[in-house]
Amino acid sequence: MTAVATTDVGLRGRVEDLLFHEADLLDSWQLDDWLTLFTPDARYVVPPMDHPEADPDRSLTLIDDSFDRMNGRVTRLKSRRAHREFPWSTTRRVVGNVRAWDEDGEVQARANFIVNRFRKEQVHTFVGQYRYVLLDTDDGLRIRRKVCVLDNERLSPHGTLSILL
Amino acid sequence: MSSVSIHDRIDEMVIEDPQARTFRVLRESLVSESIYAMERERIFERCWLYAGHDSEIPEPGDYVRRDVGGKPIILSRDKQGTVNALFNSCTHRGARVCRQDQGNATSFQCFYHAWTFGLDGALRGLPDEEGYGPDFDRSRFALHRPARLEQYRGFWFIAYDPEIESLSDYLAGAKEYIDVVVDQGVGHGGMRIVTGSQPYSCGANWKLMVENSMDGYHGVPVHQTYFEFIANRGDVSGLVKNLQADAARGYSLGNGHAVVDYPAPFPRPVAQYHPVMGGEEVEADVNAAFDDLVVHHGETRATRLAKTCRNLFLYPNTLLLDVSGLTIRTIWPTAADHMNVTAWALAPADEDGPRLKRRLEGFNLFLGPGGLATPDDIEALEACQEGYAATAHTYSDISRGMHRDPKTTDEAQMRAFWREWHAQMRSAGHATQRELRDAEPDEWTTSRHVGVTEPAGGQA
Repeated sequence: MTAVATTDVGLRGRVEDLLFHEADLLDSWQLDDWLTLFTPDARYVVPPMDHPEADPDRSLTLIDDSFDRMNGRVTRLKSRRAHREFPWSTTRRVVGNVRAWDEDGEVQARANFIVNRFRKEQVHTFVGQYRYVLLDTDDGLRIRRKVCVLDNERLSPHGTLSILL
Repeated sequence: MSSVSIHDRIDEMVIEDPQARTFRVLRESLVSESIYAMERERIFERCWLYAGHDSEIPEPGDYVRRDVGGKPIILSRDKQGTVNALFNSCTHRGARVCRQDQGNATSFQCFYHAWTFGLDGALRGLPDEEGYGPDFDRSRFALHRPARLEQYRGFWFIAYDPEIESLSDYLAGAKEYIDVVVDQGVGHGGMRIVTGSQPYSCGANWKLMVENSMDGYHGVPVHQTYFEFIANRGDVSGLVKNLQADAARGYSLGNGHAVVDYPAPFPRPVAQYHPVMGGEEVEADVNAAFDDLVVHHGETRATRLAKTCRNLFLYPNTLLLDVSGLTIRTIWPTAADHMNVTAWALAPADEDGPRLKRRLEGFNLFLGPGGLATPDDIEALEACQEGYAATAHTYSDISRGMHRDPKTTDEAQMRAFWREWHAQMRSAGHATQRELRDAEPDEWTTSRHVGVTEPAGGQA
């Protein structure tokens, strides 16, 4: 992943607004509203931790969701039968080091994340980098692709990735 | 009670009563650190343990690092193409000589005093060798090796007991089921591990994951949200029918190995189409994949390979789950109440493009720490472990199906595991003293016919 030396400050402000809003929706479990941030052709990917740069079409990801699958994931999480998340865990995420730039008519963004998950008196911390492809629409910026590259080497003691990153 | 050592109380850990048709396991065996310490000696030092797949180290110089039974192992392919298992510990002072998870190397150099070893473990060089005098013999300082290394159809296993029977004898009836998995790569360059793994964990005793990985009884109550996802995208009546099929059976395969073998209740990349996979074009391609299997195996075996599922347990800690995806799962205890689990995906070596993507989608929808199903299994096992804080002195019941030909939703396959576990824990000797054990005769008798009797039903 090439480092970005400069960034459009105005654009970064808009992207930060989107990312901070998204973080808020996820931490408050407003999952239907979260879905509205995405385009219908969106893809949500958590690559394999041991091969984060591998092509998700050809590697064993942790998550590789089309919009339809994201929808199904949200339906599941809202039910009382997603046992790992019933009752819902408490999450608090910090999104920082945001950069954004235009590339071929799309907006590319990078950000670091720390997502803490609290449940049953345990803390599970997910750390990594978001890589977004955003689309500037009449309704504002929308997410076309969200890739969450985890720095964790093993999901231990987490056990699972049952929340949305 | 406290004066009686755990060694003297092993008998009461598993209580089987064939007359009453009951089978019970003392929950203390799932919480006790003393039991865990015994298991490390009596189970993990005396079994064949899965270390890696041939396709992970295809070229000379390739290596992977693995933790096998709590010991750091390098699995390498040397210049001659021979696969080696080496302890990842310098013969000089003991530091790990290989510090990357995988790669291609010409040698392993210990960073501490720069001793250098070949991919076959031979000591190749060291700084200032003269300092050891004229009689220094490099051949005495090759990297140590586990006692045994053998493979079956591309799956490499290690054993720490030099007296253990051959891997082939050890695997017993499980071989026939490994064949059903590996034969899916016939005509496609064999099977390979797909790039990327899923390393996760579970805050529960490792034996609970063994049970869960071949537990057909929990599937519907725990994984409703998975089946609903599919049902919302296409009719599932055919799949549900398969769940209840008479051919859905659990078998003991000898030496603690076991399987549940059942008509597929899941969409399968090769080859059971369901609309959740995509439209007509996908249906045509899935059917084409089935036709290709027929060419290589004939209709009957192709049907078995493609339209039945198997959760194959290789005692003591490895599974081949051939379900909505195809995975190798290893379970390594790190404490009485914690385990590390790692999953890999298997695919025909030449599979690529939409078929590979569909395979991975099928895998991920159900399996893995981010799937729609596995997280709830983890939750269930941790919930059991939490419950044992109150009930470690009581027994868990594993009697289901003892009065009939065991079905997938029964527990014959778990009893096979527990019987072997109990036998090993009660015996202090070498692994070779094991006899092909299988106390529930009807289960074993049934399983011996599996090789010649095709599972019926569900092949619409």
